[in-house]
Amino acid sequence: MNAITVDKEGFYGEFGGAYIPEMLYPNIRELQDNYLGILESPTFRHELQSLLKDYAGRPTPLYFAERLSEYYKTNIYLKREDLTHTGAHKINNALGQILLARQLGKKRIIAETGAGQHGVATATVCARMGMECTVYMGALDVVRQRPNVERMKLLGASVIPVEQGNHTLKDAVNEALRDWISHPEDTYYLIGSVVGPHPYPDLVARLQSVISEELQWQLREKTGRDAPDTIIACVGGGSNAAGIFYHYLNRPEVRLIAVEAGGKGIDTKETAATIALGQTGILHGSKTYVMQDDDGQITEPYSISAGLDYPGIGPLLSHLFRQHRAEFYAMNDDEALEAAHFLARQEGIIPALESAHALALLNKINFPEDHQVVINLSGRGDKDLEVILRNKGITE
Amino acid sequence: MNRIDKLFQTKSGRILSVYFTAGYPEINSTIPIIRALSDNGADMIEIGVPFSDPVADGPVIQHSSSAALKNGISLKKLLNRLKDIREITDVPLLMMSYLNPVLHYGMEKFCRDIHETGIDGTIIPDMPLEIYTKNYKHIFRGYGIKNIFLVTPQTAEERIRFIDVEGEGFLYVVSSQSTTGTKQVFPKKQMDYFKHLKDMQLKNRLLAGFGISNRVTFNQACRYLDGAIVGSAFIKVLENAPDIHTATHVFIRDLTGRS
Repeated sequence: MNAITVDKEGFYGEFGGAYIPEMLYPNIRELQDNYLGILESPTFRHELQSLLKDYAGRPTPLYFAERLSEYYKTNIYLKREDLTHTGAHKINNALGQILLARQLGKKRIIAETGAGQHGVATATVCARMGMECTVYMGALDVVRQRPNVERMKLLGASVIPVEQGNHTLKDAVNEALRDWISHPEDTYYLIGSVVGPHPYPDLVARLQSVISEELQWQLREKTGRDAPDTIIACVGGGSNAAGIFYHYLNRPEVRLIAVEAGGKGIDTKETAATIALGQTGILHGSKTYVMQDDDGQITEPYSISAGLDYPGIGPLLSHLFRQHRAEFYAMNDDEALEAAHFLARQEGIIPALESAHALALLNKINFPEDHQVVINLSGRGDKDLEVILRNKGITE
Repeated sequence: MNRIDKLFQTKSGRILSVYFTAGYPEINSTIPIIRALSDNGADMIEIGVPFSDPVADGPVIQHSSSAALKNGISLKKLLNRLKDIREITDVPLLMMSYLNPVLHYGMEKFCRDIHETGIDGTIIPDMPLEIYTKNYKHIFRGYGIKNIFLVTPQTAEERIRFIDVEGEGFLYVVSSQSTTGTKQVFPKKQMDYFKHLKDMQLKNRLLAGFGISNRVTFNQACRYLDGAIVGSAFIKVLENAPDIHTATHVFIRDLTGRS
């Protein structure tokens, strides 16, 4: 029924697959063979649903942003993933995967993190389940997202700063993969986005699809229709976009817009706009758009937002781009900062800088007055306070 | 005949294959290193194409790879430097690369160009057997390039047999659960695994890699397998070597006990 779906080898059209060294084959194969059966089993579904409700605080509100709507002369709804426990959509995935890991008999959890939101979500669910947790985080991100590092430590996780490459998310994924190669038997890699070898992109998209599942009935309650005219989400790896697009992928009347991090501009070298500047390649086990140089070396991305600072993108999103099912835009650092500040002042909501990239698009595209536009407010901005304040000249 | 097959026909046991990262320690080191290895009795040489994100490699090769990239090496430049390599040596040459630089270069063009250069085989760790068989095998076969596959202590017996059927040249036996690096001695668990592989009576010859660093580990590998591959330990030697030739001579002598 779902035309945009993954085939049994893990491909979305040309993109995806499992390009892994033989050392990871048994682990990946174990996941491939078991994830659907476990995800669809009644006990798993029941346990996940109850944790999502009572522990993570779902459903998250669908909020009609009145003042924002007035200003932009359209109807803007915010899907409030920032109100979940731990403050971002990442918890949806972390809860699902930790139950899966437990079912597979794994004892030790590893994860990568960029902004630290996935790291915090993973540390949280590990504490809840009494499992050992190691989080790899680029050394630069450790510095710029310090509050999240402290949270992870308080939750009992070991945070390992990664000093290879650019010291950011890509390097953290590399180290997590190396850890997994060295600990294949007892360890589960709890990946944070719709990236990596099959089945991770599909697994994470399914776990995040709770966002668009809720959106359908929430919209029907509020507007009488279960679909908006437009959905906007920011994308780094693409998990919040995949989650909020999921149930609308085969409804072409819904306009899907993904916003990448332009960094200092897509005409500069300091950018993380993978779709704008990348070419098909292999990164972290998956064939997808990748930012790379003329020799096929992966280039170092840049964004003010640590969660979008990644030179690849999930294969599902590459496929949506290639099929013209989703539109892609890039918004720059300054535009995201401005949008974060504006939302704080207009609606009393401080968004994560990642989500602010999606909000910034409102300054670029005019939507008709009678349209319903849903923006995924994927995370809250507490972790970014220092950066936002410094850049807005609010602090000394 | 492919030089890898010829090597295994003419020599049995204690085969030494040495890996190094092209463009390291200097961009011009590649040819002198191949010459030194060839002159000092390496049976096979693996030329590593550096990659920005070598997930199967430990700290030593990560470091040599990023240093080589900083030195400005690329697959294109490397092939250009290697174009007269067959005037220097007859030792079988393998090229080891992650998949992305190869795909970016073009798989067909890659196989054609390395074949013309006189490269005999490839090791592409993140190109799984299934994807090779489905998409690329005909290209490799067409140019007579042997693509080498890995087996690990985690690989199920059934899959080892499957890899053995599809595999050519030899099987790269990953010694233990780790990325590339060095070990002082292999525990019994590894020895049992080597012996188990030998007892399986596979069609392909078996060379152990990952962790071989000294005469002890080399001898351990050779007890049950056809030989061993060293990488990190050799790169560490190159790092501090005033003279590549002498350093290579001492390294191979100490490792193998050959005088």
